[in-house]
Amino acid sequence: MKVAIVAGPPTSGKTTVIRQVIRRLKESGTRTAYLKIDVQYADEDETIRAEFGIPTKKVYSGDLCPDHCNVIVLGDALEWAQKAGAEVLFVETAGLCLRCSPYINNAVGIVVLEATSGMNLPRKIGPMLSLADIAVVTKIDLISQAEREVFRANIMAAAKADIVETDALHGINTDRIARWVAQSADVGGELLLRGSPPVGTCTICVGKKEIGKEAHFGVLRTLDSDLFYRGE
Amino acid sequence: MQKESNIESIAVIGGRGRDGAPEPLASIELKMGDVVSIVGPTGSGKTAFINDIELLADANTPSRRRVLINGRPASDFSGSNSKHPIALITQHTNFLSDLPVHRFLRMHADIRQSDKGESVVQETLDFANQLTGEPIIETIGMTELSGGQTRALLLADAVVIGNSPIILLDEIENAGIHRTKALELLHGFQKIFVFVTHDPRIALLSDRRVVMKNGAMQKVICVEADERRAAQEIKKLDDLILELRAIIRNGDRVGAALLEERLHAIGYQNGVKP
Ligand SMILES: Nc1ncnc2c1ncn2[C@@H]1O[C@H](COP(=O)(O)OP(=O)(O)OP(=O)(O)O)[C@@H](O)[C@H]1O
Ligand SMILES: Nc1nc2c(ncn2[C@@H]2O[C@H](COP(=O)(O)OP(=O)(O)O)[C@@H](O)[C@H]2O)c(=O)[nH]1
Ligand SMILES: [Mg+2]
Ligand SMILES: [Mg+2]
Ligand SMILES: [Zn+2]
Repeated sequence: MKVAIVAGPPTSGKTTVIRQVIRRLKESGTRTAYLKIDVQYADEDETIRAEFGIPTKKVYSGDLCPDHCNVIVLGDALEWAQKAGAEVLFVETAGLCLRCSPYINNAVGIVVLEATSGMNLPRKIGPMLSLADIAVVTKIDLISQAEREVFRANIMAAAKADIVETDALHGINTDRIARWVAQSADVGGELLLRGSPPVGTCTICVGKKEIGKEAHFGVLRTLDSDLFYRGE
Repeated sequence: MQKESNIESIAVIGGRGRDGAPEPLASIELKMGDVVSIVGPTGSGKTAFINDIELLADANTPSRRRVLINGRPASDFSGSNSKHPIALITQHTNFLSDLPVHRFLRMHADIRQSDKGESVVQETLDFANQLTGEPIIETIGMTELSGGQTRALLLADAVVIGNSPIILLDEIENAGIHRTKALELLHGFQKIFVFVTHDPRIALLSDRRVVMKNGAMQKVICVEADERRAAQEIKKLDDLILELRAIIRNGDRVGAALLEERLHAIGYQNGVKP
């Protein structure tokens, strides 16, 4: 089975792009499945099931980083999609944590960025972009040629990804994504995250609410210093 | 830059209309230097037609059209990280950056044509300022430009800095830029311009026009000498309409006497040309 992991900020057009790609794969007779990982609300699983009649599922990551949640549930998800008879599994993840990235070896990693989010976005999102295979730029119908080209240049400076610019509402250029996914390798063997997860355990993550470095331990920093470590 | 400057022509091979029947016009070829309009009623498929070109369609859109570049399948040209040879300015296209005009254009110029940044920026501003009423102030933010100034600069930037060989424009007439001047300037570039338009002035100042109906290309009409003469008259009438618009904008009245007088001034009596 092939897996495509699709990450990107909210409203960047992930679902719209995935629907275009599923439509194209379906036309060529490929069986797909869809998993949505979100923090607290999502209905894409229902709309995609209604539209294409394919197996879909969602999980809420709740207090977990959605990227971490992805790591934990993906094993089960592969099994589920396999049993459901899918040849390609799409995973849509919120990608809210800009230090992590959800991509795994063998699976196609796709980041979806909206061209309307400002020309400097590619510089701000770290491994979600730099570790992706394909950077899909949506909403090019809304911005000038000039901004589109600057956005593209900024992506090329931050990542080696193949760039696909699209008006996803009209499915412009989404053929290329479908072809890439269809021709990708099957996932197999030991599945590993591509990136290194961020350093350390964070005391805020485990529930300490006090403000100021004095109250915390682990990997810390002051306003002006670099990272340092306090504790065992 | 290397590949795209080699483009000599594009061809659209007809597919099927909204009813599934083959398009009456089997194909159309556009050559460098061509200015072509796409006309037809609302919903007739004009925007879909230029979207097909932008997409370098390969029988993979609802119309099943195919686009050829220099007679070959366009897929040869849509390589991954090379620049797309087509600029599309839709009715929704806008500048979103709040950088000052000059800084923004310079940034784009440095990415596109690193050797002659400043001179292409000036060329772009000169081009845009010939199309607008009020000249563009270089130091204001891009998002502070008026609607017409924005359209003018979108076009100028795509033509001069972007230097795209194929430029597609969807209904730019509503923006209030100087259309005659625009067409005159664009005819001086060795590019392909495709205007989706409802505006007789733009249609008649083009070289040819494709007529759309029910999602399908119906026919091509070449603009001939007689239509060019008619275009001169339409220009006068259109300018009169613009003048009336300006009068109303200024808070003044447009009476029958004024209209009569203005028509007379451009050679019409009792609504007809003697
Ligand atoms: N050949 C075709 N086959 C199937 N659908 C088509 C075809 N051509 C156009 N359509 C669809 O018809 C609808 C109307 O077309 P389009 O938006 O291109 O019209 P238009 O001429 O640009 O109208 P307007 O003047 O209002 O902008 C769109 O949804 C478009 O996708
Ligand atoms: N104009 C335009 N709108 C788009 C495009 N892609 C997505 N949208 C719209 O953007 C909104 C968010 O898209 P969605 O796919 O739900 O984003 P997600 O949160 O990343 O899954 C929806 O209203 C889409 O219709 C595009 O290329 N152009
Ligand atoms: Mg979504
Ligand atoms: Mg239209
Ligand atoms: Zn994280």
